[in-house]
Amino acid sequence: MATLIKEQRIVADSWRLLSRGPKGELPEVPAQGDVIVPLALWLARRDALLAYPGKLGVWLDAHEGPEEIAADLRRFALVAVNFPKFGDGRGYSIARLLRERYGYEGELRAIGDVLHDFLYFMKQCGFDAFVLRDDQEVQAALSALDTFSEGYQTSVLRPVPLFRRRLATGKR
Amino acid sequence: MYLYDEIDQKLVDERVAQFRDQTRRFLAGKLSEDEFRALRLRNGLYIQRYAPMLRIAIPYGLLSTKQLRKLAHIARKYDRGYGHFSTRQNLQLNWPKLPQVPDILAELATVQMHAIQTSGNSFRNITTDHFAGVAQDEIVDSFVWCEIIRQWSTFHPEFSYLPRKFKFAVNGARSDRAAVAVHDIGLHAVHDAKGEVGFKVLVGGGLGRTPVIGFVIREFLPWPHLLSYCEAILRVYNRYGRRDNIHKARIKILVKERGPERFREEVEAEWAYLKDGPSTLIAEEVARIESRFTRPAYLNLPAIDAGLEATLASNRAFANWHKRNVHPHKRPGYAAVTLSLKKTGVPPGDVTAEQMERIADLADRYSFGELRVSHEQNLIFTDVQLSDIHALWNEVRALGFATPNIGLLTNIISCPGGDFCSLANAKSIPVAEAIQQRFDDLDYLHDIGEIDVNISGCMNACGHHHVGHIGILGVDKNGEEWYQIQIGGNQGEIRPGVGASLGKVIGPSFARAEIPDVIEKLIECYLARRDSDAERFIDVVHRVGVEAFKESVYGNADQRAAHRRGQLASA
Repeated sequence: MATLIKEQRIVADSWRLLSRGPKGELPEVPAQGDVIVPLALWLARRDALLAYPGKLGVWLDAHEGPEEIAADLRRFALVAVNFPKFGDGRGYSIARLLRERYGYEGELRAIGDVLHDFLYFMKQCGFDAFVLRDDQEVQAALSALDTFSEGYQTSVLRPVPLFRRRLATGKR
Repeated sequence: MYLYDEIDQKLVDERVAQFRDQTRRFLAGKLSEDEFRALRLRNGLYIQRYAPMLRIAIPYGLLSTKQLRKLAHIARKYDRGYGHFSTRQNLQLNWPKLPQVPDILAELATVQMHAIQTSGNSFRNITTDHFAGVAQDEIVDSFVWCEIIRQWSTFHPEFSYLPRKFKFAVNGARSDRAAVAVHDIGLHAVHDAKGEVGFKVLVGGGLGRTPVIGFVIREFLPWPHLLSYCEAILRVYNRYGRRDNIHKARIKILVKERGPERFREEVEAEWAYLKDGPSTLIAEEVARIESRFTRPAYLNLPAIDAGLEATLASNRAFANWHKRNVHPHKRPGYAAVTLSLKKTGVPPGDVTAEQMERIADLADRYSFGELRVSHEQNLIFTDVQLSDIHALWNEVRALGFATPNIGLLTNIISCPGGDFCSLANAKSIPVAEAIQQRFDDLDYLHDIGEIDVNISGCMNACGHHHVGHIGILGVDKNGEEWYQIQIGGNQGEIRPGVGASLGKVIGPSFARAEIPDVIEKLIECYLARRDSDAERFIDVVHRVGVEAFKESVYGNADQRAAHRRGQLASA
């Protein structure tokens, strides 16, 4: 079973991730439990899902836009973003938009091809939960969340760029 | 030189530690080839035809002599005693050993150097005019802006895994010597009507297999908005650039598929959210970066040096070299001097460790301990006193770097080609050498005048063949090496108001042995048609068109048809 890292720790995962079937058919929703549904299911069965008894999350694939769920974000206890391949960087923009433009404050989870060497960037872009690919060494990966001690640019974790923070502290 | 502060240094050190760990995990079998590939490429490490290749960043081409000596040391200790200066103003080592690469990076970090993002689908080394800071037509010192962009683009969390590589060029002077039109983003400093500094922003230019001239997305972007506007462009590209086909993944394809106007609208819509946000630059930061650059302590000197004038009048060989390799300076009494790395018989851009050390000594004595790498693969001393130029010439001549060919036909730009590179279809360096040998008469070279000859060993266009006045492209035909010739390309403005252009292929390709003859025919055609020696090769191509040149190489249309019939008959 894949390992979940949350708040810099390894934690048990109560969520069930629902995906389309092999022929692209939408998944069935279980009677209870915490579920993360694909965007397409949310768009197709919005009203039924609003009455769902468990906690509800939604996941976006890399080609899907945060705009699609922006108005409904308060309805989700979790939003996940899929990385179909580790080198696919679209998820970073999606995460920033969710956090910075649409003000999402709940759990933001990275799923898919989530590897040790990419966790730092994911964290900076606003992810706070990571489902590591099965083969990853978890303890080593934990330290990779903070590979770099500083960053020049703005990010979700560092909303003020280094040059403004330098100026504020008077450090030249 | 830009001098690192504590944070700049710490980030580079942390990068070394990160890569050391990644290399260790790879060698221990804990990282797959595919995963390690993505990580090593962002540290400039390729696995090449014969060995790894390490591409070391020389940000905007600026080097101190301390750094050059370190590069010499690295070339000697970890490689075969030489390096290759590339068209991206970087230095490439062709034979490092993988387990030692972390040590090489650690050595680089001790002199404020690195190989960060010199490859892979990320922001690459930012290039600029090699006369930045000394040019008479300067609008801004482009180094300051390059450094601001370098910092912003280093380990950018959102834009570290772009669809494809991404190249910035910044030009700070009136005339474009940075080829801004053929980069993913080109920035050309300009003044508005009120005298405020800003940038003309070009997007979607590039060479490679689909050469495109960039389109002007903004005529004038006030400098405080530089980073937020680039963030808007990059966010649109990161989200919508194609990732399904590596050959269609550059931003130029997105711009083309959307159409420039729609692309501009999307960028502007994104920018509406980012404009005036925290990324907005402030004057204090520009001043801080500027103050971290060391500046030469110039003397107050007369604009004309009588000794130099007398030597120029009496020494023809020196005068020839001076005419081609010495360039004007904004400061009276100083000049910039190009050391040509294009001596016949030496691969363009190659320098041995010993030569690096000798050059470093000269730069210490004659040019404030700094030098530049040009995208034409030469080295430049930008701050030489006029009274020292003759002495410097004697020293440089003894080292073999005084070939008086800057701007001339033998100053060939060439990628490493099939001798080194696993991507190449054909060799480049032997072609450059054959042309240099054919045109070895200096008087003839000077008579031909200014011309850029650029050679790429494959359509990835590292030798910038599309923007050569004559471009040569290695192609593969049934496993054999052939060469396609194009003419009429130009990297910057041909003349005021006439921008960069891409070359046109003149016809079927040639065997390698035929190339010097073909070049000679093109040159003869030019010489026969030029109005005077003030009209350059490129001017004639643009005035009379390609057909005349085609005829000079392949014969007229009737002759070409007869030739084709002959070929068909014998086939």
